[in-house]
Amino acid sequence: MAEERINAEQVAHVAGLAKLEFTPDQLETFTGQLEKIIGMFEELSTVDTKGVAVTSRVTDRHNALREDVAVKSNDRAALLANAPETANGLIKVPAIIDESGDGE
Amino acid sequence: MDFFNQDLTSLHTDLVNKKLSAEELTKATFANLKQTDAKIDAFLNLNEDAALTAAKALDTKGINPANVLAGIPVGVKDNIVTKGLTTTAASKMLENFVPVYNATVVDKMTQNDMIIVGKTNLDEFAMGGSTENSAFKVTKNPWDVSRVPGGSSGGSAAAVAAGQVPVAYGSDTGGSIRQPASFNGIVGMKPTYGRVSRWGLIAFGSSLDQIGPMTRTVKDNATALNLIAGNDVHDGTSSKQAVPDFTAGLDGDIKGMKIALPKEYMDEGIDPKVREVIKAAVKQFEALGATVEEVSLPHSRYGVSAYYIIASSEASSNLQRFDGIRYGFRAQDVKNLEDVYVRSRSEGFGDEVKRRIMLGTFSLSAGYYDAYFHKAGQVRTLIINDFNKVFEDYDLIIGPTAPTPAFKIGDEISDPITMYMNDVLTIPVNLAGLPGMSIPAGFADGMPVGLQLIGKSFDESTLYKAGYAFEQATDFHQATPDLGGQN
Repeated sequence: MAEERINAEQVAHVAGLAKLEFTPDQLETFTGQLEKIIGMFEELSTVDTKGVAVTSRVTDRHNALREDVAVKSNDRAALLANAPETANGLIKVPAIIDESGDGE
Repeated sequence: MDFFNQDLTSLHTDLVNKKLSAEELTKATFANLKQTDAKIDAFLNLNEDAALTAAKALDTKGINPANVLAGIPVGVKDNIVTKGLTTTAASKMLENFVPVYNATVVDKMTQNDMIIVGKTNLDEFAMGGSTENSAFKVTKNPWDVSRVPGGSSGGSAAAVAAGQVPVAYGSDTGGSIRQPASFNGIVGMKPTYGRVSRWGLIAFGSSLDQIGPMTRTVKDNATALNLIAGNDVHDGTSSKQAVPDFTAGLDGDIKGMKIALPKEYMDEGIDPKVREVIKAAVKQFEALGATVEEVSLPHSRYGVSAYYIIASSEASSNLQRFDGIRYGFRAQDVKNLEDVYVRSRSEGFGDEVKRRIMLGTFSLSAGYYDAYFHKAGQVRTLIINDFNKVFEDYDLIIGPTAPTPAFKIGDEISDPITMYMNDVLTIPVNLAGLPGMSIPAGFADGMPVGLQLIGKSFDESTLYKAGYAFEQATDFHQATPDLGGQN
């Protein structure tokens, strides 16, 4: 395998995908740790899995369907009580569109 | 009065005969708990007012003689949602989160008149093996408060071991019930995947997670699993398999039972003192008439890698819902919506959770998916095949639950790989969806050592039967830590 499994640039890229950000110090620490853990993962490359099916679930149930009947779900006011910010019975979020004029 | 030298049956008899009221038991539980919890920090949140109200109402209604769990105080791991009672998953992300519904297992507890005492500490979002990753407090091991209680169900395990509650519920994704049960000298069962509804369990690794009971004795554990087992319309992965009475047939003899001991579970990676305890347990089973033979689970050594790819991938997906919008922590002074996501998640999650999200996102990302996630799914199949082969000839598998007894607080937290290797013996069971149980099997340097019993799918009854026979022949389950509450 390549000597360098993952570098700080790749870690920053993955962090972006995961909607996380790190300070330069954190990035360095995480890069070192992920490098070691991914190194451990590479032992799997030595296992012969030719023709072996993937297991993604171990339940004995498939296609668990129910009747298409409407049921009363949770109370809206109770649900909104956990939202960080609400207005007029709705969840409030910051503007999605950048209105500063210098955006794309 | 000494309630916690009693098992559930004996407490139930006292409640039915009115030697003890549910209110008295609840009051005594909180009085004891407040004293002991100052030392071990097992609970994140107490439910005192509601518990006392429920106990008084139960006394008025009367204890149903057919319901062994009526009036029994119970601890609930804080990643299992409780309506109206704060549920944090030990994360800053959910510090003030009050669920609007009950997990199915919690509904079953309240419908059967169990008294919910409070929510127990865990590693944040159940990610960890020591309960040091909690955003709020580090739970201590009641046998030695300088040591960890294991994890992630460390709060539930410590609460039972310290005599705070006779039963607590935990969750197990890679060993999170069995390893802390081992570290605390109690009984912990991870049922077959699908045996118990996951509705209301804050998801970590959805193909691996399962809720299970933690108790002082095997019979109590079987009683506590009876309560929560069964199909649930809210969880499409919960099985429709019939649920037997797990307490039935406990006291049958185990003569002729065929037990397998995987050689990989006794190799040089296991603490020699732990190995000695397991060897003695093997002799005990042989003395009880079982045959124990060495077998091989050749792919079990790859379990840790496969698990951390699969569990982290599932976690990175499950935890995307924590975005600071609908519930949970939201960062202040944000510029735009993207900023809400990124800063809320960066400030709300702890380091271990971030590490898992990063590992999962990496394993699923373009260019790496085949080498990591796909490969791990194939290795999972090989691990399952290994178990199936052994179960063609044997009734159950035994071995150690954890490679070592409880380690010191702070000793492993800075090294993720060392911490991950704690799960080497429990992880294959989750990957295969099998039932696994840890029971007290002895001591090493004064700390408890657990014996793991692994069964065929939906065959928890055989584990309980074998565990009960071992328990009746030994006295390890009767030992209690000095801190032992009212003992």
